[in-house]
Amino acid sequence: MFHNLQELRQSPSLATKVFIQRDYSEGTVCRFQIKFPSELGSRIERTLFEDTVKTLNTYYAEAEKVGGQSYMEGCLACATAYFIFLCMETRYEKVLKKISGYIQEQNEKIYAPRGLLLTDPVERGMRVIEVSVFEDRGSSGSSPSSNVSSGISQR
Amino acid sequence: MSAVMIARKVRKWEKLPGKNSFCCDGRVMMARQKGVFYLTVFLIVGTCSLFFAFECPYLATHLSPAIPVFAIVLFLFVMAMLLRTSFSDPGVLPRALPEEATFIEMEIEAANGNVPAGQRPPPRIRNVQINGQIVKLKYCHTCKIFRPPRASHCSICDNCVDRFDHHCPWVGNCVGKRNYRYFYLFTLSLSLLTIYIFTFAIVHVVMRSVDSGFVKTLQDTPGTVLEVLVCFFTLWSVVGLTGFHSYLISLNQTTNEDIKGSWSGKNRLQNPYSHKNIVKNCCEVLCGPAYPSVLDRRGLTQDDLPVPASTAAQSNPVPQTTKTTAPLIPNEHTPDDAKSSIADSAISHAEKGSPSPKKEKPSTPAKVPPLASPETDVEASIIIAKEKAL
Repeated sequence: MFHNLQELRQSPSLATKVFIQRDYSEGTVCRFQIKFPSELGSRIERTLFEDTVKTLNTYYAEAEKVGGQSYMEGCLACATAYFIFLCMETRYEKVLKKISGYIQEQNEKIYAPRGLLLTDPVERGMRVIEVSVFEDRGSSGSSPSSNVSSGISQR
Repeated sequence: MSAVMIARKVRKWEKLPGKNSFCCDGRVMMARQKGVFYLTVFLIVGTCSLFFAFECPYLATHLSPAIPVFAIVLFLFVMAMLLRTSFSDPGVLPRALPEEATFIEMEIEAANGNVPAGQRPPPRIRNVQINGQIVKLKYCHTCKIFRPPRASHCSICDNCVDRFDHHCPWVGNCVGKRNYRYFYLFTLSLSLLTIYIFTFAIVHVVMRSVDSGFVKTLQDTPGTVLEVLVCFFTLWSVVGLTGFHSYLISLNQTTNEDIKGSWSGKNRLQNPYSHKNIVKNCCEVLCGPAYPSVLDRRGLTQDDLPVPASTAAQSNPVPQTTKTTAPLIPNEHTPDDAKSSIADSAISHAEKGSPSPKKEKPSTPAKVPPLASPETDVEASIIIAKEKAL
């Protein structure tokens, strides 16, 4: 913990957070909007970001697919009065683990080097993909934030 | 400065806003009022006990031993479904953290433009198009979010619940996306159990009356009278409820939508979630994937950090370690101090370009940003202040 807290003194501060909203055009299935937010314009290439969101959407679609596998899981679970869920991981939970690994990998390879950080949507109730934008001390005088708000600024 | 360090594991359920009550260290989640739930359990267990005591010995010998065996299986299934419905997270949506709430507020203000002083601002509504139909998403002032489609705020539990059906006092919990199928199976199996007990109680009385006479039969097995009474009155309500929910499932509607008349056809509003096919609708509701809870009740909060017993004089209040029961107002304290400390390790190593440990998130698995809880942020800021003081 103290390692993190010491980092706080030397490390860059949070400039703003961008929230990618859910896309409900196909119903209540979990899907995020593939709309590139303007606040990230200078920090990351559009295609990279859109690819990340598209891949996440594919993962969620796989988790929520109503098909042969979900029927089997449902029938087996019902036959055991759902006690089987006490020892077995559901398909959705397995996919969520894969997503968590994917986001971590994306953060390491793509987002952290650009001063960004993706938060797993499951930590935000599957409502938003939170992208934390950190101040870019490397470049000269660039301010990534177009939303200036006292609520968001670092105190 | 020497201080006594106290480490206390606080799980996230202790800090969750809303009016739920938790048991077994966060494994069980129910509404606060549980009286009617206890009544339900009492009625089911009591009636079945009378059945096993009075009917089963006679029927097992005179008809078939399969009768009590099937009754036991059915009873266990009913109890399993009831407990599953009552104890699980119905699909509660966590409240927005302060940054998200502020972001949404700014979007709303931008959309509304300048409202002249004295005029009421327009209602906070977001229109989305779902399968070609315009659906209005309402803003929840308690949770500070635009409610996803089909979600609704339960005033009893003080939570927004995804695919909210209704709050059922009989099971002591909301019925929502995650536990609707268990609720339906509970009502279905309870209907079967009620019909089963009612039928065999009558059969038992008839068979015994042939041998011993009606009055003597009732004197020998007084429990039967009670069973028949309970089953008779339960039958109408439970079977009716099962039929109603079967109808809703076939149309892919929730009780909430049915009551509000959301898709009744007026204003040419059709249900955009229905597949227009009974089988497909049933399959989606009953055989769909088992959704996981997004609440993470048993995760550890940042209170896991060693907390000095004597805190420095701060304007922040002393953090409470008991579970808060009052609804939370997320904008009271800044979360940035706590959260940036977690992300900074990632960013600093990224900026320095050093091959430091491969972790963007904090090393210990539980150190994720807490859900809308000012207390943890207060404690983190106290710790930061102490660090600076040392």
